[in-house]
Formats: sequence, structure tokens, C-alpha cells
Amino acid sequence: MELLVNISLLFMLSLTVIAVVRLKSLFAIVMLFGIYSLLSAMIFIALDAVDVAFTEAAVGAGISTVLMLATLVTTGRWEKKSSRSSFLPLLIVSITGAALVWGTLDMPEYGNPDNPAHHHVADRYIEQSPEEIGIPNMVTSVLASYRGFDTLGEVIVVFTALIGVLSLLQVRTPPSVAETPLRNENRKLSRPYPVLQVVALVMMPFIILFALYVQFHGDFGPGGGFQAGVIFAVAFILYTLTYGLDDALALTPVSVLKALAAGGVLIYGGTGVVSMLLGGNFLDYNVLSSNPVSGQHIGIIVIELGVGITVASVLICAFYAFMTRALPDQGQKG
Amino acid sequence: MDVVTDLISWIFLGLGIFLGLTGAFGLLRFPDFYTRVHAASISDTLCTACFIFGLAFQSGFNLVTAKLFIILILLWLTGPAASHALVRAAHTAGLKPITENSD
Repeated sequence: MELLVNISLLFMLSLTVIAVVRLKSLFAIVMLFGIYSLLSAMIFIALDAVDVAFTEAAVGAGISTVLMLATLVTTGRWEKKSSRSSFLPLLIVSITGAALVWGTLDMPEYGNPDNPAHHHVADRYIEQSPEEIGIPNMVTSVLASYRGFDTLGEVIVVFTALIGVLSLLQVRTPPSVAETPLRNENRKLSRPYPVLQVVALVMMPFIILFALYVQFHGDFGPGGGFQAGVIFAVAFILYTLTYGLDDALALTPVSVLKALAAGGVLIYGGTGVVSMLLGGNFLDYNVLSSNPVSGQHIGIIVIELGVGITVASVLICAFYAFMTRALPDQGQKG
Repeated sequence: MDVVTDLISWIFLGLGIFLGLTGAFGLLRFPDFYTRVHAASISDTLCTACFIFGLAFQSGFNLVTAKLFIILILLWLTGPAASHALVRAAHTAGLKPITENSD
């Protein structure tokens, strides 16, 4: 049964890829990429990697689809015809693909429990983490504690991405306070999307509540700072899409988002510095409390909070930057 | 499992399958965009509702049923809103529906 599910998911994945290659409408391709991510998330669930599946569904199918669509508004919806011959690229791709397939022949047998991947450090994590960290979700203890350095690096990568986006695209400054009452009057007269705005308003509290649940329940179930940050950002993106960029910028000013993005990294790195000041190594949470296990709990919750804050504010801010490009004249109309 | 609840559950599941297939056929066979969205929105709302009722009868009165109904509320809120957004976007972009006197 599981084999059947795996085969059909893989088949659908290949079909999606073929459709992406053959289609010329970029809009349809972006949508297919969303489907691709959703299918990969299902494959991850079939492989029992729920945390990865969660991230793939939230980031791949959710946020990146929205960002790609915002990009499409500025670039146009159809792929340009290439005049070059496709023979040489096809040759290179075939050779590379063949080399990769040949390379997999040297890989250890699939699913063999004696493979090095299952014995390098995994044994120690599985056997020791209940005593050393004491939280039920082993993925979180590996991500936040054993591999705290790597996760810090990931958060800094996310932050750097924001710096890159902001230095390439400018975010429109929020509307000044003086003109806001008049705009409010205008909005009462002509609600542009009544149904969508009401549904978005009903959904937003639940989305944010779910984000907080994912954030703080990450020790016990699938979830954590990255997923929670993405879900949090989705709530504000929904608000932007239904109420307009100006309202969203008034709600969450870019200056605040920038400060939060940096603050999240600071919380993460600061936890490491605090643990150093208390006599441990960098990001060694054992010293944060008199009991090493509760010290680990405190450390993990704090750094996950930092991750969540950074991811959420970076994604919201990047989305604003894209939307500023996509709707340059919205301020004059509204 | 009581035979009666099992039977009711399977009736709902069968209805759900039928409506899902109807939606899929409609999506493929209907002539224009608006009627296709209409067909797809049936599998968004009534089809999922039938599935969830069927599953609720399978699980009985417990936490799973409560979760199923929360999922149903979520789908009933978002599904029609998504269809509405789709149709509205098409209408704003100037896509005309097929009417009796359009040909």
C-alpha cells in the first residue's frame, strides 16, 4: 500500500515537472510549482519526515508561490521564445544526468539499516536526546540544540536575503498620518472586495493563533520557528492582498519589520553569548538554568522565538518589496 | 461499529465520491471559465462536506470528529472565498461569460 502511494506520488511529481518544462505560460508554471511542493510535502509525510513536510508545504506551496506571482506582475506572463538551438544544452544535461545516475550506483543500498547515514551521529541523538534535552520532538532538539550553529547560520542566511531584497527593491514608505482619515472615509464608501475582506478578517486571528501554536508547540510536535514564522507572514500577506498595500504598511511599518528581523537574529546570537558569559560554550544551553535539561528547554524556546521573529518579518518585508514593484500606482488611486 | 452508522457513513462517502467525480467532469467538460469554476466549487464545498460527515460517522463522538468539523468550517470559509476571488479576478480582467445571445 505504501509502495503504491509512493509510486503514484512520484509519478504525479514527474508529470508536474514535464508540464512545467513544456508550458509557456509562466502563471501556470508558478501554480504547477506550488503543486510540485505540495506533492513533495506528501512524499515527506510518507517518509515520516513531518517537520520537513510542514516546511515544504508552508514555504514551497505557500510563500514562494505568492512571491513568484508578485514577481510575475512586474515581469509579464509569457515565456520568451528562445532562438538558440537546444542541441548543446540537451547534450550537456544528458551527460550530467547520466553521470549523476552513475554516481548513485556507489551509494549505499537504499533502506539498509547499516548505512553510514544511520550510524554517524543519529544513534547518539536518538539514544541520548531524551536524557540530554528531554523534549519529545527529536527533530527540534537536533535542529535547535545539537545543530544550533547550523540553524544560526540559516537564520543569518534568511536575514541576508532580506538585506539583498531591500537593497535591490525599495519598499514604499507608509502613507503619512495626515491623509489617513480621508482615506478611511473613502474606503467606507467603496469597499473594493467585501467578501474577501470579511473572510480574511475572520481567518487572520486563527492563522496567527495557529502560528503561535506551531511556534511554541515545536518542542512536542512537528513545527518550530521556521514554520511558525512562515504562517505568521501568511496572515499579513493575506491582509495585504485583500486590504491593499497602504493599509498593510500602516499596520506593520517597514522600519518595525527591519528592526524585528535584526532582533530575531540578535535574540539567537544573544542566547549564545549569554551561555558563554555563564561559563559554557557558545549556544550551550545547559548553563542557562541550574538543571541542564531545563536549561536546554529555555534555550530552545528562546532561539526558536528568535527564528520565528526573523523569518516572519523577513518574509513580510520581502513581500512588501515585491508588491511595491507590482503596484506602483496604488497609492495615487486609493 | 454499528451497522446502521456504518451504512450512513458509506452513503455519505459514496455521495462524496460521486460529487467529486461530478466536479472533475464538469471542470473538464463545461464550456467556459465561469461554469468550470461552478463545477470545481462543488467539489470544494459539498463533496468535502460529504466526506467529512462520512468520516465523522466512522469515528463516532470523540476529538477526531470535533477536529473534522473544524476542518469543515475552515473549508467552507476558504473554498467559496477562493472561488469568489477567482471569478471576480476573471470578471475584472474582462472575461465575458457565455450567455444565450452571445453567439
